[in-house]
Amino acid sequence: MSIAPPPTPLPPPTPWKLKHLLGLEELSIQEITAILDTAESFGEVSKRSRKKVPALQGRIVFNLFFENSTRTRTSFSLAAKRLSADTQDFTASVSSLSKGETFIDTAKNIEAMGADVMVVRHPTPGAPHLLARHVSSSIINAGDGAHEHPTQGLLDLLTIRKKKKKIEGLTVGLVGDISHSRVARSNIWGLTKLGAHVILCGPPTLVPKCLEKLGCEVAHRLDDVMHRLDVVNVLRIQFERAAGGQFPSVAEYSHFYGMTQARIDMARSDLLLLAPGPINRGVELTPEVADGPNSAILEQVTNGLAVRMAVLHLLSGKFDQKPSEMGL
Amino acid sequence: MTQPDRILCDAARLTAHITSLADQIASAHHSDIPLRLIGVRSRGVPIAERIAHELTTRLGIAIPVGAVDITLYRDDLTGSGRWPVLRGTDVPFDVEDAEIVLVDDVLYTGRTIRAAMNAVCDLGRPASVKLAVLVDRGGRELPIHPDYVGMRVEVSPTAIVRVHVAPHDIDEGIFQIERPKQARK
Amino acid sequence: MQTIQIQGGRVIDPSQNIDMITDVWLGRGRVLAIGGSSETADIVIDATGLIVCPGLIDVHVHLREPGDEPDETIATGAASALAGGVTSVACMPNTRPAIDNKGAAEFVVLQAQRAGKANVYPVGAVSKGREGLELAELGGLVEGGAVAFTDDGAPVSSASLMRRALQYALMFDKVIMQHCQVMELTVGGVMNEGFESARLGLPGMPAAAEDIMVARDIRLAEITGGRVHIQHVSTSRAVELISEGRRRGIRVSGEACPHHFTLTDECLKDFDTNFKMNPPLRTADDVAAVIDGLRDGTLELLATDHAPHAREKKLREIDQAPFGIVGLETLIPITVHGLVEPGHLTWPEVIRKLTIAPAELLGIPKGTLKPGADADVTIIDPNIKWKIDPTKFVSKSRNTPYGGWDVKGRAHTVIVNGEIRYTMPGVEHRNRSNPTA
Repeated sequence: MSIAPPPTPLPPPTPWKLKHLLGLEELSIQEITAILDTAESFGEVSKRSRKKVPALQGRIVFNLFFENSTRTRTSFSLAAKRLSADTQDFTASVSSLSKGETFIDTAKNIEAMGADVMVVRHPTPGAPHLLARHVSSSIINAGDGAHEHPTQGLLDLLTIRKKKKKIEGLTVGLVGDISHSRVARSNIWGLTKLGAHVILCGPPTLVPKCLEKLGCEVAHRLDDVMHRLDVVNVLRIQFERAAGGQFPSVAEYSHFYGMTQARIDMARSDLLLLAPGPINRGVELTPEVADGPNSAILEQVTNGLAVRMAVLHLLSGKFDQKPSEMGL
Repeated sequence: MTQPDRILCDAARLTAHITSLADQIASAHHSDIPLRLIGVRSRGVPIAERIAHELTTRLGIAIPVGAVDITLYRDDLTGSGRWPVLRGTDVPFDVEDAEIVLVDDVLYTGRTIRAAMNAVCDLGRPASVKLAVLVDRGGRELPIHPDYVGMRVEVSPTAIVRVHVAPHDIDEGIFQIERPKQARK
Repeated sequence: MQTIQIQGGRVIDPSQNIDMITDVWLGRGRVLAIGGSSETADIVIDATGLIVCPGLIDVHVHLREPGDEPDETIATGAASALAGGVTSVACMPNTRPAIDNKGAAEFVVLQAQRAGKANVYPVGAVSKGREGLELAELGGLVEGGAVAFTDDGAPVSSASLMRRALQYALMFDKVIMQHCQVMELTVGGVMNEGFESARLGLPGMPAAAEDIMVARDIRLAEITGGRVHIQHVSTSRAVELISEGRRRGIRVSGEACPHHFTLTDECLKDFDTNFKMNPPLRTADDVAAVIDGLRDGTLELLATDHAPHAREKKLREIDQAPFGIVGLETLIPITVHGLVEPGHLTWPEVIRKLTIAPAELLGIPKGTLKPGADADVTIIDPNIKWKIDPTKFVSKSRNTPYGGWDVKGRAHTVIVNGEIRYTMPGVEHRNRSNPTA
């Protein structure tokens, strides 16, 4: 009797070797999809009465935050705890560092305490990349200056995918201060890789034309593009930009780019509204819009937890087939 | 894929073993406790479904089937560059006070089953957990014993015992494959 | 003093339009002759297959002393120069305190004499304390040995101060070397402004910040009749402006640094601080324009902007790390890589920009092999292949973007004032009259 060899799944393009998550720019489409798929299956864990699995038992996740961020830090801590990792926060201002101990010294100390994963938020672009070159722990970029905020990008992708059942072919608007936004950059890389059309919209001082080279469309008048959008992601404005003269006043910004009900009404009825938060109600978004039927702002928070669990899990390298399937 | 070195069981025998498992479970079952099957992903799930189908005929009541993904409960992960596949736990019933039969294809070290028990117990407190396996190949590393066994085989520790079952595979059966030299690092 | 015969090399001396295989004779600290000599040589250097040229001159180095000795000292910087084939350097005054008075200039000269390595010429500050407010005592600086003036590290931002500096320096026929950067346009900037900075989320420094000041200073040179030298030209528009100024007879010159004709802002993709310099690495178009400027003579000089920084200073977040790279020891191979090998410049053209052209800019009696000139000679092995290993640098600092590059061309033997002061690893020259010495 001749037995045909069993069918094998298509091999993935390269071995899974993700050690750090520094940005979405360097991830492949397959890697992004794997993270989103994993995050979706983690949604189930969060629905259990006992919301905890032992996947990262005995591992240490350090949060190194050199910039304030209660939300992201809390989300990472909770994600780590749901995977049974031990978590520890290290919060410092960059100014206190400059008194002597350097950023790398600090990280090396934390590494010496046994950190398996460092979740790093830093005001300077590339700071997590610097750590990745000098310590052996896995590094997760939780926001580096205006560069990237990959888990935010991933949770936005997950929210879009869950709500719209796809990403390819969608037109997604990013509104606000694109120049200084790490959320925008991570969104741009993730969305364009997965086949969405991205429109960047804001005043020319915050949305320079050269961003078109990232594979996006640049628009300065929101009212002209609202009707084309499947998704709109409203970025937070940093008020100090007004002080820096990037736009004349918050009121004028809000007049041209604030997400009001009138603007929502210009768009198709199934427009999906995202905002990475924390939002300035009444500036980027009116309260009725933020709480309205198009808004998925709170789902983003829930998805953020799932995405961070998925990333922590995937960077740990703790996954494989069942031993019996490997003959173990 | 490596060519099988030995066929341990063909499709017809495989079906007979599943029937035998259903018989064993039915005869041990007390009708006052709800019976539920949970397959261990991935090939434990279709086996559990087929056992449940036969049990439904024998007992005259529908036996619900769930699935556990034990990836997050493993203690023996290698992270050997394989792509992560997390298929998720899907148990659409209450495990509380039920008689749970865990179903898996091959029983070897027992580590998978330990992980699966932890996963099930995270969902609630069953009245009892029993274990049904299609093949027991020996070689336990933990004090775990199956309650219901389809067949027992003796193979060398380096061999791979692989169950092929629909819908995962078109050629049903149980096969022995000698491990390629550098497969285990 | 010993008589040295450098035998059979390709002698290139642009000051005399010489490019031929011949001998160079040195003795009593002077060039004795090119070709034959009646003297007896104590040392014969076989220069077959090598280039023999006037000692190279780098008009733009930072030696960090006084104030930042962990980065470099006058002695280590002058030794690094020799290892790079450079016999004379002009050092920038942005030390702590700044070289803004006669005593400070004399200190540099004294330290260089003590070191006995390359010749070191101080460049004095334009303004007191390099604060950009009042003219420094330029006359005192000249008397202390200063050969030019600059506030380098920063520009002379005030147009009126720049105008006065250009006028006042006429008294000594000295050049004002300007670091061109409109500071208001570069606040917080760490790299070139453009697509790459937008991609990386890093604050940018637009090319226009350089162009605007180049345009301003050329115009100020025009109305004053003064001499302005544009340091480290990095933009295509700056090259055009200098070219136009020179056509109109304005006394403006420009220098290019090896990193500005070999690297672009794309190199910052990994946030490596060894690619952080000021002016920043620009785009491929700018690199092409700098090369064109070197080819057509708009940019008369090559200079390194040797800017050593101790490891811990560069090993910081990119906004905290200082600007600049070490350049002296990579000058020859990177010039070969960027200019000679691709056919942009011939060896005589390169050597002109590193010998007679800088000597004339600074008004120093160097850069020539005319009989009677100072016996400063660089012998270059143009074909030797080697790998740049920063750990082997003579400089105190290691901050180079070229680490690990496989390159061609290196200083073989360097002679200053008739003394062999540097030989490439593995090279030895024996004294014939006293072999044991």
